This record gives sequence, structure tokens and C-alpha cells, in this order.
Amino acid sequence: MAQSAEHVLDHFELFRGPEYQQMLANKKKMFENPRDAAEVERIREWAKTPEYREKNFAREALTVNPAKACQPLGAVFASVGFEATLPFVHGSQGCVAYYRSHLSRHFKEPSSCVSSSMTEDAAVFGGLNNMIDGLANSYNMYKPKMIAVSTTCMAEVIGDDLNAFIKTSKEKGSVPADFDVPFAHTPAFVGSHVTGYDNALKGILEHFWDGKAGTAAKLERAPNKKINLIGGFDGYTVGNIREIKRIFELMGIQYTILADNSDVFDTPTDGEFRMYDGGTTLKDAANAVHAKATISMQQWCTEKTLPFIAAHGQEVVAFNYPVGVSATDEFLMALSRISGKDIPEGLARERGRLVDAMADSSAHIHGKKFAIYGDPDLCYGLAAFLLELGAEPIHVLSTNGNKAWEKKMQALFGSSPFGQNCHAYPARDLWHMRSLLFTEPVDFLIGNTYGKYLERDTGTPLIRIGFPIFDRHHHHRSPVWGYQGGMNVLVKILDKIFDEIDKKTNIAGKTDYSFDIIR
Amino acid sequence: MSLAPTQSIAEIKARNKELIQEVLKVYPEKSAKRRAKHLNVHEVGKSDCGVKSNLKSIPGVMTIRGCAYAGSKGVVWGPIKDMIHISHGPVGCGQYSWGSRRNYYVGTTGIDSFVTLQFTSDFQEKDIVFGGDKKLVKVIDEIQELFPLNNGITIQSECPIGLIGDDIEAVSRAKSKEYGGKTIVPVRCEGFRGVSQSLGHHIANDAVRDWVFDKVTPESKPTFEPTPYDVAIIGDYNIGGDAWSSRILLEEMGLRVIAQWSGDGSLAELEATPKAKLNVLHCYRSMNYISRHMEEKFGIPWCEYNFFGPSKIVESLRKIAGYFDDKIKEGAERVIAKYQPLVDAVIAKYRPRLEGKSVMLFVGGLRPRHVIGAYEDLGMEVVGTGYEFGHNDDYQRTAQHYVKDGTLIYDDVTGYEFERFVEKVQPDLVGSGIKEKYVFQKMGVPFRQMHSWDYSGPYHGYDGFAIFARDMDMAINSPIWKKTKAPWKDVPKPKLLAAE
Repeated sequence: MAQSAEHVLDHFELFRGPEYQQMLANKKKMFENPRDAAEVERIREWAKTPEYREKNFAREALTVNPAKACQPLGAVFASVGFEATLPFVHGSQGCVAYYRSHLSRHFKEPSSCVSSSMTEDAAVFGGLNNMIDGLANSYNMYKPKMIAVSTTCMAEVIGDDLNAFIKTSKEKGSVPADFDVPFAHTPAFVGSHVTGYDNALKGILEHFWDGKAGTAAKLERAPNKKINLIGGFDGYTVGNIREIKRIFELMGIQYTILADNSDVFDTPTDGEFRMYDGGTTLKDAANAVHAKATISMQQWCTEKTLPFIAAHGQEVVAFNYPVGVSATDEFLMALSRISGKDIPEGLARERGRLVDAMADSSAHIHGKKFAIYGDPDLCYGLAAFLLELGAEPIHVLSTNGNKAWEKKMQALFGSSPFGQNCHAYPARDLWHMRSLLFTEPVDFLIGNTYGKYLERDTGTPLIRIGFPIFDRHHHHRSPVWGYQGGMNVLVKILDKIFDEIDKKTNIAGKTDYSFDIIR
Repeated sequence: MSLAPTQSIAEIKARNKELIQEVLKVYPEKSAKRRAKHLNVHEVGKSDCGVKSNLKSIPGVMTIRGCAYAGSKGVVWGPIKDMIHISHGPVGCGQYSWGSRRNYYVGTTGIDSFVTLQFTSDFQEKDIVFGGDKKLVKVIDEIQELFPLNNGITIQSECPIGLIGDDIEAVSRAKSKEYGGKTIVPVRCEGFRGVSQSLGHHIANDAVRDWVFDKVTPESKPTFEPTPYDVAIIGDYNIGGDAWSSRILLEEMGLRVIAQWSGDGSLAELEATPKAKLNVLHCYRSMNYISRHMEEKFGIPWCEYNFFGPSKIVESLRKIAGYFDDKIKEGAERVIAKYQPLVDAVIAKYRPRLEGKSVMLFVGGLRPRHVIGAYEDLGMEVVGTGYEFGHNDDYQRTAQHYVKDGTLIYDDVTGYEFERFVEKVQPDLVGSGIKEKYVFQKMGVPFRQMHSWDYSGPYHGYDGFAIFARDMDMAINSPIWKKTKAPWKDVPKPKLLAAE
């Protein structure tokens, strides 16, 4: 028995002892009817080959380890970015349990959201009664200022009509007639979580700007000097939005962050649970129609929202998750152009410090090969930064990227001498990435927590940037946007590079010569 | 924060009853009436906890429950390691449940084991409109080509499957035939079925019965020589290695474990289970169905046990041994004696640090009752508990064997209720899930996740008890809970004399 009260062994060590190892070996041999070890080895090797890659890439129906989630997750993420707003997902209740868990595991924060808990009878008769009761319950219990409705695939398949249901619910007195209940249909079988973000945000803006589903007058745009900013679905929303606010304030620009969930996903532990915290006020959401322009930090999170805003007479500008020097330059110059304000010297100094850091460390990154996967904008932003560093983003894969994204990625590669051997892979998954890493190896992989399986299988060191990050803590609190964000990304990459060099040179008596103290 | 020792049971009961009335006030009348049936204060001597259960959750209240798919793919089937489980439908369900349940296993992942892979048919609009059977056929073919060492396939239905009228049974039969009798199991666990995970467990159990057992002839020779001491562990999902720290005890007492359901389990183990002499059942809620079936069909008795905390472990080892001869009975005593010094040392170390501390639980499956003994072994008291998806037979077991007079009982608790209860009862520890963890920690209440063991474990068996004790201690006695209030706040301000 290895266990003791003095030194308690948990799963990290307990099962490595001889008693458990013997037990597991017996279990396998006697009862699992295991495959022949040589056969397992043969298939393991075969799965690394170009032949396997070809079959793997010929898949038409099966998806294995996708890097995308479904629409309502994005809708919930956007909705909690408004003042005291409760996301209400119409459909099966298990979905909501999943979104809440998923967001909590990434942010290490509570995630509040309700479901209309539809079951078999609702599948037959529709979910109207669930909506009527659900809105009344939510309104009374959680005292929100707004309930933002979206849908699960169940409600979409049976064709529930949110506009009509909400209208009826109000007539039945579930919530006051003038209570804000914006909505968006968010079918899980179309697009991904970034689509859901887009739909939900558009639904909310449409509600405030275009007459609250026929119950109020449409807002008349009276242009002011403000700039609206949309962050998009972003695992770093806490750090990024705060960084953006700092930049706006440094430049003296009046702004509205739309769907600002930077506070609700970063509440203090001080004895009080804040179900709602921060967020775009409903007043600001409505008044955002008057802004001079709206900037989206993620084009593919706002494909419908931006044209909607543009149709209201504003200038709209979209970026692709700007990371690094040039992307931040462009972002700041756009802010300056739109607002007429100069970029302050302080930001120029920050820029200089990032360039300084990149120059200091360039020798260690230059020429390194990377694979990246994640949401389409994130992939673009990171690839662009790597190209600035003289690195090569050889494989860039986005499960929820489309043909247009691929074209834009290829154009980016074409613009840099370091992009000549790089390829974009839209609508592919992490099992495709596995084949890529085996057949065309790279030095480092950038992706979310699920990349650790690829790291284990292929030996490609993983740099965790993306969503979700479940197995490392608190990185979402630091920005990756702005020059300071670029610095954070740079340091993250460098730390991994140096750790890998040390790991490969730490055999005493064998690799003493490269185990350097100064780098 | 512990209950004042002077508080009598009568006072506690009165407070809890008042608390229930208070939370019900927030609901509209219709909902208050429904919720009232799920909340109660336990009266000693009653045969159940006096609450309704396994009923539909009320819309819009923030239930903690999941769905039938979660019960089947997430709980029962997902851990079977050598089979590929297709999340059949849109991408989300499989994505959110991917690798999040800590069902430990050993195998060559992606080659002969598949637990931590996410296989999905990733439905698009056209699959909804034209039906997904053709896609499913192709999915199975592609699995066969790319993962040739899989020992079987299950199809875990997501909501749309049952709504669009797909015939996954027909596809399964045809494909099984085409692949030489391969085990392909269609599971009708669409998320809208039933009221919680619970129906998903039942459906998954039935799928084993219909699509695994019915393929195996009971007379067929097992791949191993049977012994009189063959047992199967049923209803242990090997969270953090729970089934392993249980198995080792059963083996040490002289039994032979021929199957694990379903943590670190394999198809061969499922198929061999009808050869067991006894099924030992940990999670009654999720696997009583298949245990009853095996009793009826194969005459295998089953016996519930509890491997949380030494008191219950001792009781369970003797109960299990009671089904066997003296050799096993002696074996049980030998195991109990062997681990007694460890138990004594763990209790000596941790009990003084935990004595008198109060706990509120809200979990699923067996844990709302099963872990109570382990807390009591450490001198702690469970003052409130409830089931996410329990049935009346769970509340009967809870009332008859576990909870004390005056315990606050809350079935399918809502976010609002749970927060108010904890706020008023002020327990020293809350044990629940990831969705609750940060809510209570923000409130300054120590918390342990009791689904995932908060990424620790195992908690089962003697080895697990030491970890359980350590974890509860580190949660409750963490120095951080003294820091939640800024020192300059809540300090009485010095009185200023009014300038007169």
C-alpha cells in the first residue's frame, strides 16, 4: 500500500505504483480482449503516413475533434455583455447546462443563463407555453433588465417562432409589455459559435434601433462623435476589452463597447456573487445607432451585424483579430482617422517597446515553423503576427473558416516572403491537423486546450492561445490586442521556445554544450 | 460559520421551513406551487424525504440539470474505451462534453481507444432537411477506414434525430451486417426526452440489453475460465480513477472483477458480464436498470455498495462478502484490518481540522447520499442535500440510511434557491458542480466540485478516502477565505464630533 496520511497520493502518483500497474495489466490481459500489441503499433505508424493523410482528407461525412462549437454558445456569450441581461435559450435544457459549464471552465467564473426546458410534449405541440412560463419565472427570480432569447436546434427543427412567442408571452403578462426581450434564431446546424454571436448581437441592436419588434418607433439616427466597438467571440475578452478601453481613453475618444462582457467574466471574490456585472448599458446599446462608426475586431463574428449597422448610415470597419505591430498600427490609425484624434506619444512608446522586444528576441523565432488552429479571425491575427516575426505559419486550420477565409489567408501568405510555404485549411478538424503535423512537421502548434492531444501524439509543443483554455489558468485576464497584448503573445511564444530548447538539452554528460545560461 | 451548537433540531427545522417559504415567494404562483413539492425538511423516521422528484424542470429558473444525451453519451456509453461513440447531430453536444468527465482509462488513444476523441456527424441544414441517415452510413464507413481497430460503434442521438424521423436502427442493422456482425448500437437519447440525464441512463442501459446482450448467447464460452468469485463493478465511471481504487479492494478480498461498467470498460467486459456471480452496483441511479435485467434474465444477484469513507467501506465489504463463502468473508476482514492503520492516520490528521464543519450538497447520481458517511467519518455534518435527477427510490434510500433529522432537502434545485439556502444556512463547505463552484466561491464559501472531484481523485475506496480528506481540508482551511473582505471595509469609522 503506497497511500499514507502524511503524504497523500492522488491520481498523479497513486496509479503509477506497482500494485495498480499489475492490476491494470491483468485487467487488460484477462478481460479487455485487447488488440494484438504489434497490430496496434502497425496502425499507429500507419496513421502517421501520407497514405493515411490522403484517406483522412478524403472524409466527407465524419468530423473528428472539431475546433468549433454551436451557435447558441456565441449567443449567450454576446448576451451577457449587456447590462443585467439574462440569456434565455429556448429549447432543450441540457444545452444550457453545457454552455454554462463550457464558459465556466474557461473563465473560471459563474455563467448565468436559463433554458425554457422543452421536453417531448413541447416537441409535439411547440414550446409556446415554455416561453410564457419561462419568461415569467426568469423575470421574477433573477430581476434582469433585459432577457435575450436565442434557440437550440430542437426549437429550430420544430420551427418555433420567437417573435410571435415573445409577443404572446407579453400579452399573457409574463413580462411587462415594454420590457426588453430581443431575440435571435441560432440553429446549431448552421455555422458555429461565431455565427451565434453575430446573430444575437444583431438581434439586440435590431431590437433597440428598429422599433423593438414593432412596439416602439424606430430610432432616428442623429450622428455623434462616438465610436462603437465589437470584440467578437473571444476567449481573451476580459483582457482585450479592458485594453481597448484604455486605448480609447488614452486617445480621448468617446466610445461604446457593444456586448462588453469583460466584467461579468471577471468578478471579484469579496463575499458577493454578482450575477450581472458591467456590460453595455441598454441606453448605450440604443444610442449606439448615433455613433460615427462601428469597428469590429473580428470580421467573421460580425458578418451580418456590420452590414446591418452600415445600413443605418454608419461607417463600419472590420479587423481580423489584430495582434502585433502592423495590425495594431492599422487599428490605431483607423481610430485616429475616424475620430480625428492624434495617436498619443504614449502609444507610440508602447509600439516602440514591442518592436524593441521583437528585435531582442527575433533570432529565436525567425524561421520557426508553426501550425495554428482556431476561429477564423484568431487564426488570421496570429498568422499575421508570426509573419512579422519572420516565422512561418505553415498550417493554418479553421473548422469554422470558409472559402472566403481561405482566400484571405492565402492573400496574407502571398504578401510575405515568410508565407510562401503556408496553407490555409478551412472546414477541417484536428484529426486533419494530426495528419498535417505527422506528414509536414512544424516546430510549434498554437491552439486551445484540445491541442494537448496533438502535442502528445505528434510531439509538437503546444502554445495555448484560443478558446477554450481549460487546463491553464487566468491567461484570459491579459490582453492579446494592442501593443501590450502583442507583447504578451510574444512572451508566451518565447517561453515555450526556450523551455523546449532547455528540455532538449538537459541531459547531463551528453548535451551540456547547448544548455546555456544566457540566451 | 458552523451552526451554533446551541441551535436545537427544532430550531433548525423551523429555520429551514421558514427558508423554504421565503424562497418560494419569488416565484409566480403557478411555479411556486410546483417548486414547493420539491423542497422539504427531513423528518426522522419517514420512509422518504417528502419531496417529489423526476418531474419536469420549470422553464426559466436555471435548473442545474442536463439532458438524456448527457446521461447516455456523457455518462453510460462514453467511457467504454474501445468503441467509437458518434455524437449524431449538430456539433455542440459532442463539443461541450468532450473530455470533460475525467473517465480515466488506459489505451492507445485514437488507435485502439477513443474516449477522449470527439466524433460527430456535425449536422448541417441539408441533413436536417433531407434526413441524416445517408450521412450516418458514410460516417460509419469512414470510421471503419480510418479507425480500423475500433471494437464497436454507438450512435448517440442528439435532439434533431428523433424530430426529423431518421431510422438509425435500420442503418445500424445494415452496417452491422455489412461489417461481419460488428456491434453497432443506436441509442435514442435525444436531449428532449425525459426530464433530465436520468432517462438517458435508462435508454443507454436498454441499448446495452438490446444491442449487446442480445447478440451474445448466454451459453457461449467466455474468453476466460470462470471462477466462483467473478463479480462485475456496475455504475462506476472511474472519475479520477475511482473504479481502480475500488477494484483493488475487491481483488484483495479474493474476488475477481471481470468487468467495469463503464469507467475504463471495454465491449468485451460488457459482453462477459452475464457470466458474473454477483453484480456490485455503486451508482444505483444510472445502472439499476441493467442490474435488474441481468437478475431477471441471467439470475445474477446484485448488491448496492458504498465505497466513500471507511464506515461505509467496511459495511460494504462485509455486505459483498456475505454473498460468498468463508474464504471471501475472511478476505474482507483481512482487507479491513490492512487498511485500518491508514484510516486511523487519516482521521487523526484531518478530523481535528474538520470536526463540526457543516456541508451542503447538490449533486447527481448516488453522491447526494453516498458521500455523507465519508463526511461524518471526518466529524462533519451534512445539513442540506438534493438530487439533480434522482427518483423517489433515491430519496427513500437517503431518508432511511443517510440524512439526519432536520436536513434541508431540495430536489432539482434552482440557482436562485441554492444561493438563498447557502446564504442563510452558512455552511462551511458546498459540494456541487462546475456551474455552482464559482457562484459560491465569490460568496466566500469554500467549495468542492463533487462531479469531477475538482480535478482530483480518486475518492472511492481507502486510497480515495485519504484524498477526499485532504481535499476537504484544503478547501475549508485554505487561507484565502480569510482574505475575501478588504481590511479597510466594514471597519467602524471613528466617530467625529459634530462641530457645534
